[in-house]
Amino acid sequence: MNSLVLQLDNINKSFGGLSALSDINLHVEEGTTHAIIGPNGAGKSTLLNVCIGRLKPDTGKVTFAGEVLTGRQPHEIAQLGVARVFQTPEIFQEMTLLENVMIPAFSHRDGAFRLNAGELLSRQGELRDDAEHILEDVGLKEMMMTEAGSLSRGDKRRLELGMCLILRPRLLLLDEPTAGMARHDTNQTIELLKKIKSRGMTKVIIEHDMHVVFSLADKVSVLARGQIIAGGDPQSVREDPKVKEAYLGGAH
Amino acid sequence: MDAIFIQILNGLDKGAAYALIALGLTLVFGTLGIVNFAHGALFMLGAFCAVTFQKLVTISAKVRDEGVTAFVAYKEQPYLESWFGDTGRIIIDYSVPLSIMLAIPFMLLVGYVMERGLIKHFYKRPHAEQILVTFGLAIVIQEIIKAYFGANPIPQPAPDILAGSANVGSWVGLGDNLVYPWWRLIYLCFSGLIIFAVFAFLQFTTYGMVVRAGMRDRETVGLLGINIERRFTVVFAIAAVVAGVAGVMYTPILPPDYHLGMEFLVLSFVVVVVGGMGSLGGAVMAGFLLGIVQSFASMNEVKEIFPGIDQIILYLVAVVILLVLPRGLLGRAGVMDD
Amino acid sequence: MTNTKKLLLNDTFVVIIFAAAILAMPIWLDPIGGNYPDLLQKFAIYGIFAIGFNILFGLTGYLSFGHAAFLGVGSYAAVWSFKLLTMNVIPAVIFGVLFAGILAAVIGFLSLRRTGIYFSILTLAFAQMSYNLAYSVLTPITNGETGLQLARSDPRILDRLFSQEQAAGLPSTDLFGETMSGYPGFYFCAVLLIVCFYISMRIFRSPFGLMLKGIKSNQNRMRYTGLNTRPYMLTAFIISGMYAGLAGSLLAVTDPLAGAERMQWTASGEVVLMTILGGAGTLVGPMLGAGLIKYFENIFSAFDDNVLTQAFSFLPDSVLEFVVPVVGLFVGSGWHLTLGLLFMVIVIFLPGGLVEGFRRIYDYFKSGGGNAKTQSVEARNQAGE
Repeated sequence: MNSLVLQLDNINKSFGGLSALSDINLHVEEGTTHAIIGPNGAGKSTLLNVCIGRLKPDTGKVTFAGEVLTGRQPHEIAQLGVARVFQTPEIFQEMTLLENVMIPAFSHRDGAFRLNAGELLSRQGELRDDAEHILEDVGLKEMMMTEAGSLSRGDKRRLELGMCLILRPRLLLLDEPTAGMARHDTNQTIELLKKIKSRGMTKVIIEHDMHVVFSLADKVSVLARGQIIAGGDPQSVREDPKVKEAYLGGAH
Repeated sequence: MDAIFIQILNGLDKGAAYALIALGLTLVFGTLGIVNFAHGALFMLGAFCAVTFQKLVTISAKVRDEGVTAFVAYKEQPYLESWFGDTGRIIIDYSVPLSIMLAIPFMLLVGYVMERGLIKHFYKRPHAEQILVTFGLAIVIQEIIKAYFGANPIPQPAPDILAGSANVGSWVGLGDNLVYPWWRLIYLCFSGLIIFAVFAFLQFTTYGMVVRAGMRDRETVGLLGINIERRFTVVFAIAAVVAGVAGVMYTPILPPDYHLGMEFLVLSFVVVVVGGMGSLGGAVMAGFLLGIVQSFASMNEVKEIFPGIDQIILYLVAVVILLVLPRGLLGRAGVMDD
Repeated sequence: MTNTKKLLLNDTFVVIIFAAAILAMPIWLDPIGGNYPDLLQKFAIYGIFAIGFNILFGLTGYLSFGHAAFLGVGSYAAVWSFKLLTMNVIPAVIFGVLFAGILAAVIGFLSLRRTGIYFSILTLAFAQMSYNLAYSVLTPITNGETGLQLARSDPRILDRLFSQEQAAGLPSTDLFGETMSGYPGFYFCAVLLIVCFYISMRIFRSPFGLMLKGIKSNQNRMRYTGLNTRPYMLTAFIISGMYAGLAGSLLAVTDPLAGAERMQWTASGEVVLMTILGGAGTLVGPMLGAGLIKYFENIFSAFDDNVLTQAFSFLPDSVLEFVVPVVGLFVGSGWHLTLGLLFMVIVIFLPGGLVEGFRRIYDYFKSGGGNAKTQSVEARNQAGE
């Protein structure tokens, strides 16, 4: 049995009386890919926001590798090794792809504030090699001198993924990494994510596309109306009647 | 007790001036998304409408001064007086309130030209650039005024019957020696009226409704097929008129000079931000709050305890409010956060 | 590693060119009437001010409207150093930078809790408070409206310790015997400007600078990469304030008096104008803007109707009568009108400032006058920095 990396206990969150998450318990094991699926408005993005400290849950706590995340600043959570890819890519639009990846590289090594740039400068070459390597991984190396703002949506996603990967996180949270992508791009992204999986990084993926979910996930949790209604390995979830109802019945 | 009452009046008065300028500023910001550093210049232009009007009505001819008999003396007599007699004299006496008739069409025109000619090209540009271009415009307006009217303040008298002071003490039962200048009371009522009119316009007309919707969510209103651009022009012109008439009415209180706009601009920006960017109610509230706080800080009793407090109190309050309430008194999330 | 070395070599080259251009200013400004020691000193001093402002605004995008406070504090500290310690300029400059840095730390610590226009208004409020206090309660320190001046009776402890004789009249500022007015004063400021430029360039190219650019571009992403942005911002703010303090102390070095009007918001506005005019976020832009504004101020404001009548004397009288007053609006005491117009034109047509303009011209010629849009970011970076 693997150890737990992410643990959510009794999370409740409501917005002005509207319950977005109720009594969520979720355990993610080290090295697995855990998919969270569910219809629109089920509370998936809220769940991720609670994990990274963007939202504060009303009750309950989030534990990451033994550390309580609830109530911490976003940058502290990131320092502990949690990285996130957003639904709309959060990148540095006016900078080159290389700089986009170099910034996280710097902040990773120099997370605590230090003015001592000398040490970093002397290692700049090493960091740059690393950055180029990551860009190659996400398939953007040829374009590393172009401005990030000019990329296509899919490429921006990949760039953001690269920016997260260079942090060498223990846990990677992905919010619909393939939404709005063409089939070809989607497949490329799946390959990429599979490659990362072989490195033993734990991932939590929110996804609509079942094709993506079933090609990547080890575990699936189904979220509907703020509650986890089913969980387990992909096969059993697929056959769970409750899930079918949530997707089909809930829609009508 | 007397002193406190007077200070409250003083504060309301100052606050009214701040609130009027801040109202236009925040109206333009909330609907058009423009940070208009030339708004103070509009206030100043209004004040100079009064100056111009007064100059116009007092264009004079040299006539023999009958009062002097010892030698042949001449005096200046305004044409209006020689043509219309007493009516002319009344017009001259009431030149400040009457000049609103000049200020309204003039400010409408200025607002229209400014919005069509300059502002509309800046809707999609960053706030920093809006600030800079309107700041440049403010300098230009200011220098033009300086070139025509000189650098010295030009006093504008209030009408004769309003020149004295009102016996406000006896109205509220605080004794007879409590007086307050009539014109300041008029200004206070006038400001209240204008503020009420702007809110009524936004609240009760369909035009205002669209504008309010635009303040909430500009894109959606645009999608509804409403020609939001034309309404922007109108909103901008209204803001210009509000600033202009405020400027006109302020002239008997403070003789206008070309620098008037800049002085008020800095303060009214503080007011707008303290109220919360884009919140009309916040701007009015902050205007009166800061006005009252300031007049209390200039009481001698307070100054004895905290020397110099009257000099910094506005900024001090602004700093405290902004540090405690991240978006000012009534600001909404997501406005000007980056 | 070779990469780093190439970068440094390149940097050295840039600094040498810059230094040569600055030190040779008396030569190449002569033909266009800019070769007065007073004016040259102003170029250098306001250049430092603008370069420092640019470290904050250009890199992080935080628009401070209160930098004049640091300029003023620098001046006051320097004059007090002249009064109490010595007429030597070195301690004056050190105190100016130090006190400005302390004030910047306090103001920055509070103001940086907010972003956007709220930050701008906070800095403005602090600067206006300093200005109003300097005028009123702090008169014992600032000498209020009159401004802080030297007096014969000042203690000047260090000076008296080393020399017995007392010169007649007011002493003048000096650098180990060399009087700091006229050209020596300019060269002193120029050397400091070059040092400041070098430091600013190193900041721009350092990982620290890259982080600041990241904060400007996307503060959210910075946080979720695990970076606490606050100390970075505060450091940038303090450095920028110290630059302003240095500029303020140099103003006192070249003319030993300090007045409160140096702290007024119009002075803060001026440095914003300089930076934007030249090109915010570029290395040389702010310096260019500062030079241009000070040049116009000096040259244009010196024109009056007599000068104009002479200049246009080739015109027939009837035209002359019309031309002189119209042109007269834009020069002399009306030169602000020219400044305002120039400013609007720049913001409307060239939001990137003068440097952006040069870059466009450069690109235009580079691409053989054809389509100038196909420019790589690398080329732009090089042209801009």
